[in-house]
Amino acid sequence: MISRRELLQVAAATAAVLPVGFRHVLAQQRLTQAELLRFDAVGNVTLIHVADIHAQLKPVLFREPSINLGVGEVRGLVPHVTGRAFLDLYKIAPGSAAAYALTSEDFTALAKTYGRIGGLDRIATTVKAIRAERGERTLLLDSGDTWQNSYTSLVTKGQDMVDCMALLKPDAMTGHWEFTLGAKRVKELVDNLGFAFLAQNIRDTEWDEPAFEAMKMFERGGVKIAVIGQALPYTAIANPRWMIPTWSFGIRENDLRANVEKARKAGAELVVLLSHNGFDVDRKLAARVPGIDVILAGHTHDALPQAVKVGKTLLIASGSHGKFVSRLDLDVRGGEVKDFRYKLIPMFADAIAPDPEMAAKIASIRAPHEKMLGEVIGRTETLLYRRGNFNGTLDDVICDALLAERDSEIALSPGFRWGNSLLPGQDIVREDIYNATALTYPAAYRMTMTGARLKEIVEDVADNIFHPDPYYQQGGDMVRVGGVGYTIDIGKPIGQRISGMTLLRTGRPIEAGKEYTVSGWASVNEGTEGPPIWDVVMRHIEKKRVVAPKDAGHIRVLGA
Amino acid sequence: MTTIFNRRQALAVGAGAAGAVVFGASSRVALAKNDHAEVIQKFTGGKTPVEGRVKLDMPEIAENGNTVPMTVMVESPMTAQSHVTDVLVVADGNPRSPVVTFHFSPASGVAEANTRIRLVATQNIIAVAKMNDGSFYSTKKEVKVTIGGCGG
Repeated sequence: MISRRELLQVAAATAAVLPVGFRHVLAQQRLTQAELLRFDAVGNVTLIHVADIHAQLKPVLFREPSINLGVGEVRGLVPHVTGRAFLDLYKIAPGSAAAYALTSEDFTALAKTYGRIGGLDRIATTVKAIRAERGERTLLLDSGDTWQNSYTSLVTKGQDMVDCMALLKPDAMTGHWEFTLGAKRVKELVDNLGFAFLAQNIRDTEWDEPAFEAMKMFERGGVKIAVIGQALPYTAIANPRWMIPTWSFGIRENDLRANVEKARKAGAELVVLLSHNGFDVDRKLAARVPGIDVILAGHTHDALPQAVKVGKTLLIASGSHGKFVSRLDLDVRGGEVKDFRYKLIPMFADAIAPDPEMAAKIASIRAPHEKMLGEVIGRTETLLYRRGNFNGTLDDVICDALLAERDSEIALSPGFRWGNSLLPGQDIVREDIYNATALTYPAAYRMTMTGARLKEIVEDVADNIFHPDPYYQQGGDMVRVGGVGYTIDIGKPIGQRISGMTLLRTGRPIEAGKEYTVSGWASVNEGTEGPPIWDVVMRHIEKKRVVAPKDAGHIRVLGA
Repeated sequence: MTTIFNRRQALAVGAGAAGAVVFGASSRVALAKNDHAEVIQKFTGGKTPVEGRVKLDMPEIAENGNTVPMTVMVESPMTAQSHVTDVLVVADGNPRSPVVTFHFSPASGVAEANTRIRLVATQNIIAVAKMNDGSFYSTKKEVKVTIGGCGG
C-alpha cells in the first residue's frame, strides 16, 4: 500500500539529484554468467518463459515503475508494490543488481554500475544453456508482444522478430501487439511460424468460430502438458479494431473452463495458460477457473522474483523488454505439481555472453539501418522514462513536442508500458525515439475538443486502469497529458475520479463547454491524419538540442 | 443446447413468440429518464426478484457497442412441474430500457438464448426470469462501452 505522502516522496526522490560518489558506495559485486544461470534443478519439466519483449533485439536501459497502484482486492499486493517496499518485501539489498533490475530505486546511479539488461542474443545463450542441461524436459513459451515497437520490427512488419525468434525455437506463443500488423499479415506470419500461435479467446465475428488454435499438447520429461493460449482480451478496444475487423476477443472465461476440462480429459497432467491477460486479470482468473497449474503471465510488464500462488495455481511474471528469462522447474507426478523451483533470470548484458548465431542475425537485420538509428538528435539532462501509472518524463518530452510542433493547447499521449529509459547526460539518438513510438498507427492528429469531452476521455482511461474489478481493466497506464493538470481520486467510480482540470498555460479551469485544440497520437480510429509521431518528436528535439523534463507535478493522486 | 441467432433470426423469433423484441434506439436520441425499474415492476407484478439462478454471459467491455453478444441462461429442470416461462432483459442506461423478452416452455429443453444487443454507453444489463410457479429470479452484469485506445 502506498500512501499519498509516500507517492510524493517517491516523486521527489526521482527528481532529486543523487549525491556525488553515491553510486560508488553501492554494492559492486561482480556478476557472472555462471552465477546468473545457476539453478538447482528439480522435477521432470522445465518451463522457460519470455514475455513482452516489444521487439527489443538489443540490451536496454529500462526503469521499472515507481508508481503502480492496485485497487480493490489487489490493493497493496504484487505487482502493486514498488521501490523500497518491493525491496523490503523480497528482502533485496538496496543498490544490488537485483534492486537495479527490479525497481526504480537509485536507477540512474545503478544503471551506470550494472549497465544494460536484455538482448535476444543473451536470451539465446540462456535458453541454450537451460536446454543443454534439461534436454527434452523443456518447453519455451512466449506470452507475446514480441513482434512490434522498434524501428526494424515496424519496417519489416515483424519479420525481424519472427526470424530471430525462429532461432530460439519456441514451442508456442500468444499475442497482442502482433495484431497491430493487421489480420492479413498476422495470418501470413502465423501460417509460416513453425510453432503454435495459441489464442483460445479469439473468435471470428461472422460465425463465432475459433480464429486460432486454442491449445496444444506436448510431452516433456514423460509428462503430458497442455498449453492453452490467451491473447489480450481487449486488443480490439485498446488497439485499432479496423485492422482486425473479423476477430473478436474477450476474456471468455467459460470457453477457458471448457478448454481446461478438454485438456484434462485428453490426458494432460500439467495445464499451462500462456497468457496476455495482465497480472490482475490472471490472479482473478486463477481463483475462478479450476485446473490450471501454471499461468505464464504477460501484458502488464511485471517482473516478480517469486511465483505467486493462487489456490493451486502458480503465476509467473517475467518482466518486459527482454530484461528477463524465467525458468520454472516442476515436479509433476500423478497429474499434480508436487514441487517447483523458480528463478527470474536478469539478462545482464555485460555478464551473459551473446550467442554468436543470434548476434550475427541481429547485426544483419540492423546493418542497413544502424547508421540512421545511431544519429544523435539531442541530449537529455534528466532521466527519461515512461513506466508508471501517470506521466513519465519521456512522455513529457513527447507531449511538449506535440504542443509545440502541432500548435495545440493540450497534448495527449497513450499510456503504453513499452519504451526504454535514457540517463541524465545521455545523447538521444533516433532509435530511442522509435523505441518509444514505433507502431503501425502513428499519425499525430490535431483537433478541437470540448472540455467536457476531454474530461470524458481521461475518466474513461482512468476506469480502464482503476476499475476495482480486474476483468474491466485493459492493462495500460493513464493517458499522459501535456498542457493540462488534474487531480485523480483512484478510489472513486467512473465519472467522479477526475477533478480540478486546469489549463496550465493560463492557470484557468477547463470549461466543459469551451473548445480546446488538442493534439495526440496512436488514435484507434481509422483515417486519423497527421505526421508520424516520431517525426514530430525528433523535429522538436533537434530544435531544442537539450531536453530536461522534470516531474511537472501537474497530476495529483488521491485515494492510493 | 445453445441457440445462436443472428440479428434477423432474433427479430423473427421474438416477433413469432410475442413481438416483444425491442432493440435500443439511436444513440442520437437525447437520454430520457430510463424506466428500467418500472419495466421490471410491471413484468414481476410488483414482486422483488430473488438474485440467482440466472446467468448473463456478456463481455465485460464491449468491442462494439452497436452489437454486443449476449447469452442469458436460467437454471431450471424445464419440466411441466418446474420451468421458466419468460426472461426479460433490460438495459439501465439505454434511451429505452427494454431489450428483449424470451419465452420458454418445457419443450424448450433448456432456458437459454443468445442474441446481440445495442448499448449506447457503459451500463448494467439486468435479466429477470419468471418461473411457472410465479417466482422471479434475476442477475445483473455491467458492460462497459469505452472510448478505448490506451492499452499497451
